[in-house]
Amino acid sequence: MTQRVVVTGLGVIAPNGNGIADFEMAIRKGQSGLRANAAMAESGFGCRVAGVPQGVDEIAESMFDSDILLAMNSGHRLACIAAVDAWTDAGLERPAADSDEVDWDTGAILGTGVGGMDTIAQKVVPLINAGKVRRLGSTVVEQVMASGISARVSGLLALGNQVTTNSSACSTGSEAIAEGFERIRRGAAKRMICGGAEGESHYIWGGFDSMRVLCRGFNEEPEKASRPMSASAGGFIPAAGGGAVMLESLDSAIERGARIHAEVAGAGINCGGHRNGGSMTAPNPNSVQRCVRLALDSAGIAPAEVGAINGHLTATGADPKELFAWAKALERTPETLPPITSTKSMIGHALGAAGAIEAVATILMLKGGYIHPSINCEDVHAEIEPYAASIPHQLRELPDLRVAVKAGFGFGDVNACIVFKKWEG
Amino acid sequence: MERQEAFEKVVKILTPHVKNMKALDSVSDTTNILDDLKVNSARLVDVVLAFEDEFDIEIPDEDVDLVNTVGDCVNLILEKSS
Repeated sequence: MTQRVVVTGLGVIAPNGNGIADFEMAIRKGQSGLRANAAMAESGFGCRVAGVPQGVDEIAESMFDSDILLAMNSGHRLACIAAVDAWTDAGLERPAADSDEVDWDTGAILGTGVGGMDTIAQKVVPLINAGKVRRLGSTVVEQVMASGISARVSGLLALGNQVTTNSSACSTGSEAIAEGFERIRRGAAKRMICGGAEGESHYIWGGFDSMRVLCRGFNEEPEKASRPMSASAGGFIPAAGGGAVMLESLDSAIERGARIHAEVAGAGINCGGHRNGGSMTAPNPNSVQRCVRLALDSAGIAPAEVGAINGHLTATGADPKELFAWAKALERTPETLPPITSTKSMIGHALGAAGAIEAVATILMLKGGYIHPSINCEDVHAEIEPYAASIPHQLRELPDLRVAVKAGFGFGDVNACIVFKKWEG
Repeated sequence: MERQEAFEKVVKILTPHVKNMKALDSVSDTTNILDDLKVNSARLVDVVLAFEDEFDIEIPDEDVDLVNTVGDCVNLILEKSS
């Protein structure tokens, strides 16, 4: 028998807010968390703006023991803060470090797009090039292994179900939630902490700058630099952050009297196979539409029931194509497309964390009955103009919002889409 | 270098890795690093690197295997510093 899956915990650390309360306040206001980035400027980047959560070290030091802190790079810190926040938000107590009890019913799928590039750039390459392999120490492997972030979380929370790290570029965070949803739905776990993290490092972002896919025209106005859906969009703004949701079977949530934020009604994952215009760096438009339909079919929800969209919408040339795909997948005309917003307009593109942070935003919007502003697109892109009425430049109250959809599309032509349903008891 | 000074520096370097903080209250030369302080054995590599930096010495890998207690660390450091 399949299980219904609900969200019982949320955790987020984002450029415009740490913790659920501050993050929600920021997205409601349309508050940007983007700032000038000194490391990018010093390294000759064309784009010199990034989204970086503030005060991360202080938060990490207040949450984790010193021996663990010594083995955490930026991505680890962000993943662990978000995951532990989701755990405590779900009403669960952190297990004692000296307890031998394992929670066999709870696992984690926490993804990352690039991983421990900061450790590789700052330690591995310089020390090995200098012939000082011995000085790498004992913590480098766990910081550069792709599964390091989920492994670290499993140790903090004594998780005994599946613990793994997925990676599918910019759809990573959404894919993690979709995978965790499927695992609980088929009864293989009671709870899964799912999401993603991406560390703060200009070494992660350099390749994107060289590809000329980062915005270069707003270095003097950081808060205006992320401009999804606008005529003046010139690329995305890279960001760091972490997002996590505690997914739980409805039976388990009811049994322990947990607060329920929303239901995960369905999810879809696919790839465009680099065909029909798709490539390593561009999406096959058919696969994007198909992914949305897969998610809706999985949810048993008709396209007409979707009341809000939190798009992938990065501020590149792909934005208009994404709008067309959404309209086609949801069988809407430009005039009837549901409200569509981009959390990236405020926080930039947190790569492997993007889908997770934006899923948290989507759940908050669904729970609160609103759609947050999509900022910096007063000059709507000409090809998006027919859809202009669907873009909230200010917070739009949606008291009847029942179904909201979040999707992420990544390099490699990969897609993931999640259908969230308002929890009404 | 005085033995006491070396002892205090060794304890300071070990402290971030210690999982049994209560054992630090009565730390002595005979305190076992793994069994009493509950330091993760993998982290001994990092502890030795920190000794090398702090005392400007080199500690061969084969000597590391002989270190069990805080006193062993102090003895090794004093020997290499002399």
